[in-house]
Amino acid sequence: MRWITARRRRPLFGYAAVLLALVAVGMLYAAVTGLGGSASAGSGSSAPLITQGKNLFAVSCASCHGAYAQGTERAPSLIGAGAAAVDFQLSTGRMPLKEANAEAPRKPPVYTQEEIDAIAAYVASLGGGPAIPGDQQASTVGADTGLGQSLFNANCAQCHNYAGAGGALTDGKYAPPLTQATNRQIYEAMLTGPEAMPVFNDSTLTPADKRDIIAYVTQTRAEANPGGFSLGRIGPTTEGLIAWLGGIGALVLAAMWITAKRREERTGEITDNR
Amino acid sequence: MSDNDSDLENTPEERQPPHRVIGTPPPVRGLLTEPGPGEGDGGGIGPYGPGGPGAPELRELPADPPNPVSARNWERVAAALFLISLLASCGFVAAYVALELHDRGDVVDAALRSNLALGSAMSLAFLAVAVGMVIWVRSIMPPVELTEERHPLASAPEDRAAFAETFVEGAEASQITKRPLLRRTLIAATVPVALAPLVLLRDLGPLPGTTLRHTAWKKGTRLLVYATNRPITPADFGSEGGMITVVPEGYQDNDEELAKSTAIIIKMAPGQLEAPTNLNWTVDNIVAYSKICTHVGCPAALYEQTTHRILCPCHQSTFDATKGAQVIFGPAPRPLPQLPITTNAQGYLVAQSDFHEPVGPSFWERG
Amino acid sequence: MSTSNGRLTIPKTLAKQGAELDDRFRAAKGLRTLLRKVFPDHWTFLLGEIALYSFIILILTGIFLTLFFNPSMTEVVYHGSYTKLNGVRMSEAYQSTLRISFDVRGGLLMRQIHHWAADVFLAAIICHLLRIFFTGAYRKPRETNWIIGVTMFALGILEGFLGYSMPDDLLSGTGVRIAEGVLLGIPVVGTYLSFFLFGGQFPGTDFVVRFYIIHVLLIPGLLLALISAHLFLMVHQKHTQMPGKGRTDGNVVGQPMYPYFMVKTGAFFFFVFGVLALLATFAQINPIWQVGPYTPTAISAGSQPDFYMGFLEGALRMFPSWTWDIGGHTIAWNVFVPALVVPGIIFTALGLWPFLERWATGDHAYHHVNDRPRNAPTRTAFGMAGVTIYGILWLEGANDIVAVHLQIPLYLTTEIARWAVFIGPVIVFWATRRICLGLQRRDAQMLTHGVETGIISQLPNGAFVEAERPLTEDEAAVLIAKPPAALPAARAVDENGVPEPALRGVRGRLQARVHEYFAEGISLAPPANGHGNGHGDGHAAIEGDGERATVGGGPAEVADGRTGEGGE
Repeated sequence: MRWITARRRRPLFGYAAVLLALVAVGMLYAAVTGLGGSASAGSGSSAPLITQGKNLFAVSCASCHGAYAQGTERAPSLIGAGAAAVDFQLSTGRMPLKEANAEAPRKPPVYTQEEIDAIAAYVASLGGGPAIPGDQQASTVGADTGLGQSLFNANCAQCHNYAGAGGALTDGKYAPPLTQATNRQIYEAMLTGPEAMPVFNDSTLTPADKRDIIAYVTQTRAEANPGGFSLGRIGPTTEGLIAWLGGIGALVLAAMWITAKRREERTGEITDNR
Repeated sequence: MSDNDSDLENTPEERQPPHRVIGTPPPVRGLLTEPGPGEGDGGGIGPYGPGGPGAPELRELPADPPNPVSARNWERVAAALFLISLLASCGFVAAYVALELHDRGDVVDAALRSNLALGSAMSLAFLAVAVGMVIWVRSIMPPVELTEERHPLASAPEDRAAFAETFVEGAEASQITKRPLLRRTLIAATVPVALAPLVLLRDLGPLPGTTLRHTAWKKGTRLLVYATNRPITPADFGSEGGMITVVPEGYQDNDEELAKSTAIIIKMAPGQLEAPTNLNWTVDNIVAYSKICTHVGCPAALYEQTTHRILCPCHQSTFDATKGAQVIFGPAPRPLPQLPITTNAQGYLVAQSDFHEPVGPSFWERG
Repeated sequence: MSTSNGRLTIPKTLAKQGAELDDRFRAAKGLRTLLRKVFPDHWTFLLGEIALYSFIILILTGIFLTLFFNPSMTEVVYHGSYTKLNGVRMSEAYQSTLRISFDVRGGLLMRQIHHWAADVFLAAIICHLLRIFFTGAYRKPRETNWIIGVTMFALGILEGFLGYSMPDDLLSGTGVRIAEGVLLGIPVVGTYLSFFLFGGQFPGTDFVVRFYIIHVLLIPGLLLALISAHLFLMVHQKHTQMPGKGRTDGNVVGQPMYPYFMVKTGAFFFFVFGVLALLATFAQINPIWQVGPYTPTAISAGSQPDFYMGFLEGALRMFPSWTWDIGGHTIAWNVFVPALVVPGIIFTALGLWPFLERWATGDHAYHHVNDRPRNAPTRTAFGMAGVTIYGILWLEGANDIVAVHLQIPLYLTTEIARWAVFIGPVIVFWATRRICLGLQRRDAQMLTHGVETGIISQLPNGAFVEAERPLTEDEAAVLIAKPPAALPAARAVDENGVPEPALRGVRGRLQARVHEYFAEGISLAPPANGHGNGHGDGHAAIEGDGERATVGGGPAEVADGRTGEGGE
């Protein structure tokens, strides 16, 4: 103890104290909030959960989807949509919809995972539909990324691009980049086919197939770019841009320097210092 | 003669970059000159005056820069750059030797490190030497501006006449102008040389025949999900809005067949499919179309569940999946051919027959 | 080296070797001419060097790649360093490219330098072509060199396409698939051409090795021969030069080859190599491991060819779906017009342009001094219109990337492009021509008024005036260097009022009109109400309508007899 207090007036002590405090607060926060992502299999159907979900639904969702989720001219029916679809839409923040555009963009989610589970349980209680995938299904342990690559390129890359960088659809829609989706969200998207995306149910692409695809996507996006900056991973468009702006640009500047008139040729003065 | 009469620049003549004219025939022979009539760019006595052998200072280029102090400073800069380049080249070799690519952890990270190290060293080595050399030219070598006369490109008339004479004499001596039998048979003999490539290259490939009109699909061929190679039942493929790529059983590794036979199946809601879709070729609102775009053959693979559009990402040909894949936008000329499907005894989806028309891009014999 | 009289002399051993060589080759005179050859200086003259040095770097890195690349389409199942693709079926070509990227030290660097060099090579060719075009450097005596250059441009595009198609990845394989579709669309012989190129149906097992031999042997051989001819002609005819003081059609002003130009061009080679190495270090290009091996069942969103093929891709995207089915045969206009006829027209027009312009201007003189683009308004306008067409086709080639990143609906991009490719060039042509004429007017004004210095002062009567300084000789020389028109006035008639024979008839009258249109320009002469600096009356130089600008000893010479303007 004396070892510490004897040095309390040294300048470095201040930094050490702050660092210690930050570490302590961080550990406290981590213990309180837990790890990121939900660990619950949220299609629990306990009555309190459904009631909570129904109340939340009435507040935020009923205005477009109807009081009983039957759908209105503004939004489709959710009967039979399933808990997985709700979990996907709410956890990616696409729903509640802020404004009616060609497509709902991803934004910070409004609800906590607990609230999302409740709404999902409520919607599931209305007419069934795909359940939220469990931890086992969302895990990529033991995945075959080679098979995932073949499946991804054959069924996903045409919209989302070979590296999951996204792509254009018609009428202002787009297939979003896959940089932020969690394993569970990717599973749910394949399972439920949000908006324009087709549906890949579990009997067409089995959970093992989906696991392979998810592993491929997550490994690809985490992978370093050994050749330098990735230039967006969208292919020769940005490469051509850099070849012109970076390559030709730099070389034109070099050419201008090489052929520029020397100072004494321009002004006629010779000075000792340049 | 001062080069510049502008009001703004009143510098003494000796500070201007020396201006020499090459190309005027020298009045006297000098150390550096070659006399020659009509030699446009031979000769060249500078304004330092004529001289004979042994005359001092007969030159076109100044020996030293006008400002020795600044030249020496720039020399140091250029020398430093050349040394940096040398060190960078050594760094390149060191990085090559030291940075292994595998046996330690992630191969992509190793490649990144190696590329970064080797590339940075190489770039620095080249750019440093480049900058040093430019400084050498611009700031250490004395400034100079030379003029060289252009000689006329056209030959002198007598040379042209001599050429014409030689040519005509040779033609006469060769007799080819006077002997049409010789000439014509010679030309006839050389014609096949031009045709030889056409003959020799015939075996580059087989004749197309009717190959492009048929695919591997036959009655009873099962549809396999591509890559997993599993057959599929309508119940499996039961979710509305579903789409998957399918290939004919037995040909899942045959790229030439896949380039023609690959198809997509789409599950529609009841009542969505309408003419000109052939409903007899569908099963349980599942419809199968060729995946090979009728424009230039890319896989037309994007399916928008909400609009029922099949969009080819290459050139944006768009097909309406509810209406027989007819073209609604883009350069494709024809709808995607529909594959007739049904179920077999075990309940798996199978083809009823081959496509009823050739798939893929247009070709002359298609009709 | 030793010195005598304060000068260096060649050391004895070198002199002896030189004498031995000269005994055998009679090199002294020719080599000396070469060493003293004068090279004019302008940064735009280095654009061709970018292309030349990129080509050399392509050969060097290409040799490295050939030592490791396996141009075989034999199917293998991958089990290598890049474990993400373990178990994936791919060709040996793709596998060997993975090996170069991940298992060969420096392999990825060489691959990337090679690919960046290819992009920069073609970009430099385009810049160089535009410079030659807009300065009129293709005129007599350099028409042959121009044609050689256009040929090399076409060969370069083909070479690049073949090169990036060899690794057999999904992106480039899609391009090859499109090429096959284009071949199929050729009337009469399409299917035969396709089957002969691919050795049967697509993809077959032959095209990689066939592309390989064309890419590493045939086209580089042709290019080397053409580059040698191109450079020889440039040295033999001497380089053009930019207008300026002391620069005439009869001389070349600049610095000598030895030692100045040699060092400059050597430095520029290292610059090119250094910049390409920098790009290869920090900018990833063609990451085939992310793209995956080619399979005809798969495709990626945002599939584009390398930029120099972009204009073909755009043409394919925007062309309507026109086909004819006649008598059991299909004519695929929608494919072979955009993919073959359009580039055919572009390259033919490019190649023929010097001769078209000669017909249009009647100018058959030698030209060794470059034009400033503004002094040839019609040529510049045609050039800009061509650039516009090319640019719109190129942009449309990336229309899905544009659509998603600029949030423009996808179909709208194509619809806009379909209109813009016709309307755009017309507007750009007209605007460019007016801008050039306006710049000429400004030049004329500068010659008479001098350069504005931006220093405003107030006169005692309260008026504000801007001080102007007269042009320096150098500046004036550049402005004055407008070439005289080679043709006499368009409606030339002899003393009996009979028109000149060459200008009679429909074609002759058309040619006369075209001559006039091409020759329109602003006279450099000051207007009739002669004046000095600082006059208050605003005016403009007279617009050309049959007037010709002149090259003269001073800014005020006019050789036009119509208005009787006085010179000084």
